[in-house]
Amino acid sequence: MPQALEGSQAIARAVALCRPQVVAAYPITPQTHIVENISKLVADGKFHCELVSVESEFSAASVVLGAAAAGSRAYTASASQGILLMSEVLFNIAGLRVPLVLTCANRAVSAPLSIWNDHQDSMAVRDAGWIQLYCADNQEAVDTTIQAYRISERLELPVMVCVDGFTLTHTLEPIELPSQEQVDGFLPPYHFARALDPMRPLSMGELVTPAYFTEVRHMHHTALREALPEIAAADAEWAEVCGRHSGGLVQVVREGDSGIGILAIGSVVGTFADAADHLADLPAARLIRLRCFRPFPDAALREACRGLTDLVVVERALSPGAGGIIGTEVRAALRTMRDAPRVHNFAVGLGGRDVPLELYPRLIEAARAEEETGFAILDLEPEKLPEEGLSR
Amino acid sequence: MIEIRIHGRGGQGNVVAAYLLATAAIDEGHHAQAFPSFGAERRGAPVAAFVRMDREPILRRCEVREPHFVIVQDPTLLKSPGVTAGLREGGRVLVNSTHSSEEISERLGLEAVALPAARLAREHLGRPVPNTALLAAFLALTGVLPVEALVKALAERFRGEVLTRNEALVQAAARAVPQRAWKEVTDAAGA
Amino acid sequence: MSAGPHHPLRDHQPRFQGLDSGHRACQGCGEALAARLVTEAAGPDVIVSNATGCLEVFTTPWPETAWRIPWLHSLFENAASVAAGMEAAMRAQGRDTKVLAFAGDGGTFDIGMRGLSGMLERGHNVLYVCFDNEAYMNTGVQRSSSTPHAAMTTTSPPGRERMGKRHLKKDLLAIVAAHHIPYAATASVAYPSDLRKKVRRAMGIEGPTFLLVHSPCPLGWGHDSALSIEVARLAVQTGLFPVVEMERGSVASVMPIREPCPVTDYLKLQRRFRHLFADDPRAREELEHLQALADHNIEVYGLKAEGPDPLDTEGADTVRRGGMRYA
Repeated sequence: MPQALEGSQAIARAVALCRPQVVAAYPITPQTHIVENISKLVADGKFHCELVSVESEFSAASVVLGAAAAGSRAYTASASQGILLMSEVLFNIAGLRVPLVLTCANRAVSAPLSIWNDHQDSMAVRDAGWIQLYCADNQEAVDTTIQAYRISERLELPVMVCVDGFTLTHTLEPIELPSQEQVDGFLPPYHFARALDPMRPLSMGELVTPAYFTEVRHMHHTALREALPEIAAADAEWAEVCGRHSGGLVQVVREGDSGIGILAIGSVVGTFADAADHLADLPAARLIRLRCFRPFPDAALREACRGLTDLVVVERALSPGAGGIIGTEVRAALRTMRDAPRVHNFAVGLGGRDVPLELYPRLIEAARAEEETGFAILDLEPEKLPEEGLSR
Repeated sequence: MIEIRIHGRGGQGNVVAAYLLATAAIDEGHHAQAFPSFGAERRGAPVAAFVRMDREPILRRCEVREPHFVIVQDPTLLKSPGVTAGLREGGRVLVNSTHSSEEISERLGLEAVALPAARLAREHLGRPVPNTALLAAFLALTGVLPVEALVKALAERFRGEVLTRNEALVQAAARAVPQRAWKEVTDAAGA
Repeated sequence: MSAGPHHPLRDHQPRFQGLDSGHRACQGCGEALAARLVTEAAGPDVIVSNATGCLEVFTTPWPETAWRIPWLHSLFENAASVAAGMEAAMRAQGRDTKVLAFAGDGGTFDIGMRGLSGMLERGHNVLYVCFDNEAYMNTGVQRSSSTPHAAMTTTSPPGRERMGKRHLKKDLLAIVAAHHIPYAATASVAYPSDLRKKVRRAMGIEGPTFLLVHSPCPLGWGHDSALSIEVARLAVQTGLFPVVEMERGSVASVMPIREPCPVTDYLKLQRRFRHLFADDPRAREELEHLQALADHNIEVYGLKAEGPDPLDTEGADTVRRGGMRYA
């Protein structure tokens, strides 16, 4: 029987089911409800953990790093400026190969100040060496959080669970929460082989000279590449427990025979699926959803794109001066395909701009255009630009 | 699917109203979704919240632009054109107001029902919070859920004396509007 | 509190040293000595969170390490926060292993201030040790907010318009004391028994404790490597580095100075103050200023004691009897 839960509340409950011993966080919109719900669970005696209310995101990430290295499962959550403030620690956590799970309540990055949803924050730290999984709905946020701990602890790689700020965190919908027994059966107690312990002292975070640095980076890269099957397996095995899939690496959400593919990430996938189901007179497009962005699942992506003539990549962030981030990576990944589709790349929904159903036909239209679109912001409203020029 | 937009001012319990309605629907075995118009919600500022209800899982996550129903918690908001914007053909408006339904309908040029929700709330709860009374009236008008479903949802938030008072408020508000008067709209939306 | 001298781990290793020899510190490094003394006194049942800096670099050139205790280096500015996380983990696991945080003055006075304040405010059971060598030595001697007034560093060089650092040494102890933590103290590598005693005292306290250890850097201060202890001793004996203990924000005890030395005794041994001995009225003014700062310390902390004490085995007299006085 599903329960009516706000996304943040569901995530907090999922975190509690994973039994982290240390939780540290600093409030930032739209992550706040997650931490407030965890605090309430702790206050009500329903969740036992050391809750550390730190003075900054920098310290939130540092506290969970210290806790995980010292042998305790730990959790933190943040967004936007908070992710950027902790970015130095995020690289450090990954480089130290410490298992951790962080929820990113995705939000735009200032300036201009925006508290609303896009993916600029997590995209900005895509090279930090974390696994990044993007949730399409709140049920997935619950299930992915549980999977994330197992992936992280098996591989000694931190996992960032990306959940659209407001669009998911502040939306109430029916959620199936797994039982404690289901989670305990899936997620063994925390074990970190290099945990700091006076009985077996070891040093972590040493200075590595050019003689070894390259090899350490190679090992980190290899570990992330080898995480791909583990991420898919965690999703499949959790589905055996609870009957729900969260999208593996790459998910084909709707099949279509028009040769057109639409690739999206995060919660807009639901809106696009709804549009595909309900809008009349549209050619049937294959709707593909990228769940795992780091490591980049290039082989799975090629598989999902087989037979397409045109692929429209829709993303919620951009690299100013270059264009799309995911689009660029998708182009690179598809390059080795025989008969690779044309790739049209758009950003939409920046800084919380609503992504309505009506956007979907425009994506199809773009796919049929004579020219390939390198990159454009599809829902730009040119009439709002100053008259003297586009850039000023 | 039926789509509902709730307009009010920060502090009037708009998000709570949306969450209550969706919770009642989900607990009755429907699919539902509720979310606020996202923003820095200040007390007194105009805000909106959205509810969707369906027999099928709800996939879309965009704002409700073409609601079947609009619920207005603060009658002073009726002056702003955005409140009824996008209301579907045949859509209905429920307003917290001490004026008559006819007066409000005439003013809006739309079919509306007025309910003195704040007054009812003050009588039953001692506080002029219109949201619960409006939801009860909405359920009575549409028949989309039994009024008891709202009472059950309230029981997840309140206990004892407060719950009893809320229950009485729900019954009073449900009785104050024509029963199932909007059923045809609900039926047409397929909910 | 098990981390004291009677812990089983300690019984197994009565001659325990936390920081082994063979590391790559410079000759006469005050910080290396201080870290050895601190870890020796703290014992084996500890976990260390170490900030970026000389101590981290010279002890752990991969694949080697000089540490015989569990040790983690994360970043420059988060030693206190990482330590807080370790302590939360110990608490959650029901273990009473003490967590130590090590950082230099850059990682404490400057870039690590926020995390330190947060850790102290939240009351974590952590002993934070700041090894104060009064500049960014790891990066080649740049000024920090701990650098003394008028000292020369590569970013506060003396010249036609400047007489070294223009600002005062930050009064960190007062900032720490304002958190009203159970115990905060200063110490100096010149007084090892005092330092060890303070570490043991802090180890026995449940809650945040803080130690500021004055640690000469021969390279950065520009003195003979053989003179580190002597220079550190003079910093105390002039009143420029007051050695005090604070409990809950109030001064609880001080190491008395029986016959204060003039600050010039201390300054003239170090190249960082050489410009103050030029024939220049500004230099004389700065010397007077530094003497006034020392006098001020002596007055506000009540450092001046009456005559030599035959029972005082910590003080300057002992050092003098050892024939270490350098003219």
